[in-house]
Amino acid sequence: MMQARIAQLIYPLIGLAVIFIVWQSYADLFHVSRIVLPSPADILYASWRNFGLLLQETWPTFFESVCGFALALVIGIPMAVCVANSRLLNLALYPILIATQSVPKVAIAPIILVWFGLGMESKLAIAFLVAFFPIVVDTATGLRETPPGLVELGRSLRASAWQMFWKVQLPAALPFIFSGAKVAVTLAVIGAVIGEFVGSVNGLGNLLLSANAQLNGPLAWAALIWLSVLGVLLFVAVVVAQKLVMPWVDADH
Amino acid sequence: MAGQGTTTVSASFGQFRNVRQAFRRKGADDLVAIEDISFDLKPGTLVSLLGPSGCGKTTFLRIAGGLMRVSSGEVKINGAEVTEPHADFGMAFQQPNLMPWRTVVNNVLFPMELRNETGLAVRQRARDVLKLVGLEGFEESYPSQLSGGMQQRVALCRAIVHQPKLLLMDEPFGALDELTRMEMQDLLLEIRVRTGATIMFVTHSISEAVYLSDAIVVFSKRPAIVADYIDVPLPYPRTAELRYSAAFTSLEHRAGRALGITR
Repeated sequence: MMQARIAQLIYPLIGLAVIFIVWQSYADLFHVSRIVLPSPADILYASWRNFGLLLQETWPTFFESVCGFALALVIGIPMAVCVANSRLLNLALYPILIATQSVPKVAIAPIILVWFGLGMESKLAIAFLVAFFPIVVDTATGLRETPPGLVELGRSLRASAWQMFWKVQLPAALPFIFSGAKVAVTLAVIGAVIGEFVGSVNGLGNLLLSANAQLNGPLAWAALIWLSVLGVLLFVAVVVAQKLVMPWVDADH
Repeated sequence: MAGQGTTTVSASFGQFRNVRQAFRRKGADDLVAIEDISFDLKPGTLVSLLGPSGCGKTTFLRIAGGLMRVSSGEVKINGAEVTEPHADFGMAFQQPNLMPWRTVVNNVLFPMELRNETGLAVRQRARDVLKLVGLEGFEESYPSQLSGGMQQRVALCRAIVHQPKLLLMDEPFGALDELTRMEMQDLLLEIRVRTGATIMFVTHSISEAVYLSDAIVVFSKRPAIVADYIDVPLPYPRTAELRYSAAFTSLEHRAGRALGITR
């Protein structure tokens, strides 16, 4: 088991190292311009030199993504409960849900900015909009796919509708809710960055844009890498939350 | 075990009269699963419903348990028409149907929890039944950590923890290997002695039916009628040796004839 843990860590690191080595040698050998493709060493150096700035700009993006994601959970899960348990609401809401989802978020971002301004609220709203859909769809699917045997058991024991939901349907849907949340949390970061691209005064997306405009390739790439690290860390946070909420999943190992 | 000195005990605990069950189908005639089943269930007895697969035994059990309404006929348990699951019923299914998110003891406590009985005494009772089936020490395990046979034992505990008067079992040992199955049969007989519950047991195994039962209701192929009603006069406690006795084999033969397997 310990060996498996180590392998889980080592192989991704080896993969990263190989990419960096190839990238670095390519940049060195062919004298690629730093503006076009800075080498990993350039990016690392820029990260270190601008550490304070990057950290400062990470905070708004982090805040927007996490709050947008949290809002998507708070609104998405109850909505999924309604959609999964009522045919009427399902018919009424599902087409609208899908319609809103097929609108490109980049296209509505300017409108949202008009509504909420250049501050964090507009990014939070866009992060919420992109994170919302996978949570509703996966949760609703999970709530509908309660194992029939457990439903039968509940019925045979005269469980009330409330008990059936709270003690059978909802816990059975947890794996689905978490798989939706994992997708949603990475999408939330993307949503926040879209918002920052369209109009903002801070955040990693904003930093990326301005560094790019100043032809500061290494800093733009550093912002990009910090963004992806932020996404990975938030994803890991959801995985850890899942392990805490669902301890039985790993129990058989 | 019958008539334990009380005055109101009727000779019959359950009555099934001309039970018929048909399912509506789109664009086809109704599917008649059960044509006509009548028999009496004496209190404290173990009666097996034996029949080929797809003959309506499970449907019949669901009807008796109040999970399904009859198309026509009469279903009475303890003198009252069965229209919905009763608090005095316990059910065990083909699959253990354990909740993966609950520990073993909390799975057993599920029926009590639904009645808002969660005191220490109730917890102790759950531990006691788990001990009875040999699962002492596994109380805090999750179902995924148990073998199929152990899971079915937990399901058995859950079916009896609320001390039901009628235990309805739908091929609960069907998915187990032969040895585990025989162990579980002995366990069921022991539980029956301890609880005094009346048991209806669905199976498609002739030897299982003979080994366990006071009486066997043999179902015909669909649409089901009673192909034979066999009293099993073998003495309890039943032992493995009994399976090879002449009386046992001749009962097996009779059930086989009713099923159209042997002549």
